[in-house]
Amino acid sequence: MAEITFPDTPAIVARPPRWRRFVESDLLWSFSRSPVTVGAAIVAFVIILAALLAPLIAPQNPYDLASVSLMDATDPPAWLSDGDWKYPLGTDNQGRDILSTILYGTRLSLLVGCSAVLLSLVLGVTLGLVAGWRGGIVDTLIMRVADVQLSFPAILIALLIDGVARTMLPREVQTEITLYVLIMAIALSYWVHFARTVRGSTMVERNKEYIQAARVIGVHPARIVVGHLLPNVIGPVLVIATINLATAILTEATLSFLGVGLPPTEPSLGTLIRVGNDYLLSGDWWISIFPGIVLALLILSVNLLGDWLRDAFNPKLR
Amino acid sequence: MLAFIIQRLLQSVLVMLAVAMIAFALFNFVGDPISNMVGQDTTLADRERLRQELGLNDSFVVQFARFVAHTARGDFGLSYQQARPVGQIILEKMPATLELSFVAALLALALGVPMGIYTGINRYSWVSQAMLAISLIGVSLPTFLIGILLILVFAVTLGWVPSFGRGTVVHIGWWTTGMLTLEGWRAIILPAITLSLFQLTFIMRLVRAEMIEVLRTDYIKFARARGLTSRAINFGHALKNTLVPVITITGLQLGSIIAFAVITETVFQWPGMGLMFIQAVTFADIPVMAAYLVLVGFFFVVINLVVDLLYYVVDPRLRIEREVAAGG
Repeated sequence: MAEITFPDTPAIVARPPRWRRFVESDLLWSFSRSPVTVGAAIVAFVIILAALLAPLIAPQNPYDLASVSLMDATDPPAWLSDGDWKYPLGTDNQGRDILSTILYGTRLSLLVGCSAVLLSLVLGVTLGLVAGWRGGIVDTLIMRVADVQLSFPAILIALLIDGVARTMLPREVQTEITLYVLIMAIALSYWVHFARTVRGSTMVERNKEYIQAARVIGVHPARIVVGHLLPNVIGPVLVIATINLATAILTEATLSFLGVGLPPTEPSLGTLIRVGNDYLLSGDWWISIFPGIVLALLILSVNLLGDWLRDAFNPKLR
Repeated sequence: MLAFIIQRLLQSVLVMLAVAMIAFALFNFVGDPISNMVGQDTTLADRERLRQELGLNDSFVVQFARFVAHTARGDFGLSYQQARPVGQIILEKMPATLELSFVAALLALALGVPMGIYTGINRYSWVSQAMLAISLIGVSLPTFLIGILLILVFAVTLGWVPSFGRGTVVHIGWWTTGMLTLEGWRAIILPAITLSLFQLTFIMRLVRAEMIEVLRTDYIKFARARGLTSRAINFGHALKNTLVPVITITGLQLGSIIAFAVITETVFQWPGMGLMFIQAVTFADIPVMAAYLVLVGFFFVVINLVVDLLYYVVDPRLRIEREVAAGG
């Protein structure tokens, strides 16, 4: 408290430094009180960090053909009788170290998941703002499309968009742009939740005094929406984004597993599980089970974080 | 009521037209249909004549109308990959998907509802806590991973059941069924469990939430004050009132079984429509893709329509709300 020289002067005591407000906030308090959430945060943090640092910490670069030897193909994990500590989690059918492929694969899964959520967030928030602010026929049109889309399961929509887009594109460019097609397909299937939430809060905020005041003094509508309205409707959006991140990663993994997602040349966790699935019947379980465990841990921890965030932001549950 | 039905029907028709438009676009934007049909040495004049005969020179509207008319009759053309009518292929694959979905739905309902009632009534017992914890894992584990784990344990390690296919099937007319042979039943166990697990946890959580909500209401407190047995309160009063949302939401949710069947069928190589669609995407077999698109669209539109109407019939409050909204 050394920085407070005049305790009686409200102007100086009013705002403690930013980090201090964060440390003393309700949010952090409720976080530290929930061991499950702390555990989930640690797991998610470790997985994300390991994925980001993949080129630095992976024992092998699995996509550098020089370092891969077919002689080492389908080695079991190190603790089994035939295992070798050179490959802690064993190797796949081409002799690539499973641990390394998982690290690189998680990177791609996270990349696709995060990009898809970001894209659907931008799309959904924009459409929600437009629908809520303009009202009338624009609103009806956007919300009708949203209603219809919501009546189909999102994963089916992603599958259909991805399948249709893939077929419509010329064959030569297909492998190069699969990544973008996949991100687009997932983003287009998950914008509805964002749009509905933002539209709802926009319609409430639109009639409040601060917006009317801004209108009266002649602020440009675009500036009102972006500068004044957006910050007040963005809170719930972040909660949805966290929950949708888990779903987006799951959708990507599912599509890749089905063989319509990322190609084997750029394997994500789903692609790795798909490849391993072919060797399951011959008893080489580690090829698909280890990526599967990482995927499940990642989704579970992000889900738990999302649930906690939702409850922490919900004043009804306090 | 009539206005509501007409409005919903109109919306359904619009959605179906949109789906048909996408399916139609598939045919038209993917290469030249003529090149897909004739060999290299066909002359330009022959190509032009074929084009004229097939009506590919007509306007977009005429072609689309023709496509819709064909589709409505179930005529989707020939599969590029198998050179057989798509309608025939779908009829062959449909029984497998419907049987799997039916068994999975039954499993989800038969286990999910009682588990939901139990966890709703005995909120703090350790059995409930365990069920909820397991259901959280069930929601977080991807469907295909559950399938792989089941195959690994019960098919590969223990060898109790086959790991893929439908087993022996019996033909009854055009319908094939695995329900009449022991092999068929053994083959359907793992896929059905995989497919039902997500719906099971979903139904359980829904019933539980509704039970907890209803048990809090005043009329339950009053029933307790009257000294009714907890059996009469829980089942006669509480359960009855949770059923409306449960029926409708479950109805909607059962539709998504068809969607998730795509994943389950791929894991277990189950010869149904989902596997057919995935193979069609890999081979760019457009007629099959278009047919699946239209079929699934139709299926969901019908389910949504029925559930909407059911809601309207079952819950009188909705009717009043609508009338007020229409009047004000």
